[in-house]
Amino acid sequence: MTRFFLRRLLLTVPVLLGVATLVFSLIHLVPGDPVQAMLGDSATPQDIADLRGRLGLDRPLYVQYAAFLKGVGTGNLGTSLRTNQPVTAAIAERLPATFELAFAAMFVATAIAIPLGIIAAVGAGTRVDYAATTAALLGISIPNFWLGPLMAIVFSVTLGWLPVSGRGTLAHLVLPAMTLGAPLAAVLARMTRASVIEELRELYVLAARARGVSPARAVLHHAFRNSLIPIVTVLGLQFGAVLTGAVITETIFAWPGVGRLLIQSISFRDYPLVQGCILLIAVTYVGMNLMTDLAYGFLDPRIRFD
Amino acid sequence: MLRAGAVIVVFAVVAALVGPLLTPFDPAAQDLALRLAGPSVAHPFGLDELGRDILARVLAGARISFLVGLTVVSVSASLGTLLGAMAGYFGGAIDDLISRIVDVLMAFPGLLLAIALVAVLGPSLGNVLFALTIIGWVGYARLVRGQVLRAREFEYVQAARAMGAHTWRILWRHVIPTAMPAVVVQATLGMAGAIIGEAALSFLGLGVQPPTPSWGTMLNGGRAHLLDAPHLTIFPGVAIALLVLGLNFLGDGLRDATDPKSKSSNSRV
Repeated sequence: MTRFFLRRLLLTVPVLLGVATLVFSLIHLVPGDPVQAMLGDSATPQDIADLRGRLGLDRPLYVQYAAFLKGVGTGNLGTSLRTNQPVTAAIAERLPATFELAFAAMFVATAIAIPLGIIAAVGAGTRVDYAATTAALLGISIPNFWLGPLMAIVFSVTLGWLPVSGRGTLAHLVLPAMTLGAPLAAVLARMTRASVIEELRELYVLAARARGVSPARAVLHHAFRNSLIPIVTVLGLQFGAVLTGAVITETIFAWPGVGRLLIQSISFRDYPLVQGCILLIAVTYVGMNLMTDLAYGFLDPRIRFD
Repeated sequence: MLRAGAVIVVFAVVAALVGPLLTPFDPAAQDLALRLAGPSVAHPFGLDELGRDILARVLAGARISFLVGLTVVSVSASLGTLLGAMAGYFGGAIDDLISRIVDVLMAFPGLLLAIALVAVLGPSLGNVLFALTIIGWVGYARLVRGQVLRAREFEYVQAARAMGAHTWRILWRHVIPTAMPAVVVQATLGMAGAIIGEAALSFLGLGVQPPTPSWGTMLNGGRAHLLDAPHLTIFPGVAIALLVLGLNFLGDGLRDATDPKSKSSNSRV
């Protein structure tokens, strides 16, 4: 068990190093002079030289790389070009909003998907199943950058029930959470359906029914409980999709999170902040995948021998 | 499901190809006097903020979507299949190198890397194609590597090797074809992903730039008019959702048709 955990942890190190390297190289992919791109055409040669020195871009590449890695390790990712605020502080300010939205979306997704998936599995092959499967496929196909405005038209503009943008009350959270949670709900419902169908075929469910256990109890207490492992895994692995979706959802609903900060920094060519946001989201994603893997290994002993 | 998907996709392809014949309006022609006008007989989808016919722009946007989908999928699938086959077949250092690159690229969730790349390279259709291909090929590489690891142990592959067949010939003629059904399914779903990816980047202002009509750019333009002209948002969105739904139906149907396991999961319990 410990060996599995250590091995999995060690495997994450090169991936994190690769992520940091890729994020570091982003600024060097800017066509032409990145400093000129950040400051615009009106910048004087002195301004350009000053910023180049401030960003350390006048140093040899390997020195820049070492300084970047050291900064990542110590939490010093430089300062925002627009606000002069440390990048880590700017991100930390926005992080609670993003996590609030992400967890609310996952809650919405779970609340919709689990009952839908179980109903579809129990009635597999029937019209109920087809309706649920089609609804799930529809959820995957409708992009959140359309679903969000569409829900805003219905619930904010037409009905006037919910605010269309901003953060503060629970009402502000409803539309962004539903927009972000819908595609996840669709993926989760499909997974729940497949997983419960698989379990319903097992002999222990048949044995439970033969013992006189009611159909509902056989499904919920036996089949569903055992199908939870893959469902929880998918939920964990989908956290990355939620984080990417948050970039779009936060932009639609003016939600003051890291995703919106990323898009704003892109429009201002504030590359240190862009790098910080990308790094944070990628590292959170890697961390979440690691935790999911470890939890899976803990819950299912067969995994450790793979 | 397969049939429904095929019908929707064929309908979208035909609409994209014969688009100019379906409406007399130029997608770039402006009629400022009629800006934001709602749907009418002359303009079934209404007009946008510059008085351009939305139906004509949705049809022109379909061509952009298909261009992106086909380009990204064909380049990603070819590159991913080649690299995945090399990793699986040769193993050793080649496998390690390709697998580590795949691991790192897969450490970025979904569109995030594409957003990052377009952010530094600048918004344009070419950069969108490049960014979506960079994130696209890894899925094919991982898929094909797994298939090839299995296929290289098949007796006929070993027989070809024993007969002295050239490595590339073995890969091309005997190994890669075993992965093709899975690649075709992945490509169908990947096309849906590429189309959504382009629309998402364009929606964020990082993709196709105005005045070129793209469904994502049109949705972005509609955001400012949710109150007074919701049709700007509704019609391009319906187009994206319908095409992506069709491709997902097609992909799911193909998977069911080629995978006996998923076929059985549809049976009644």
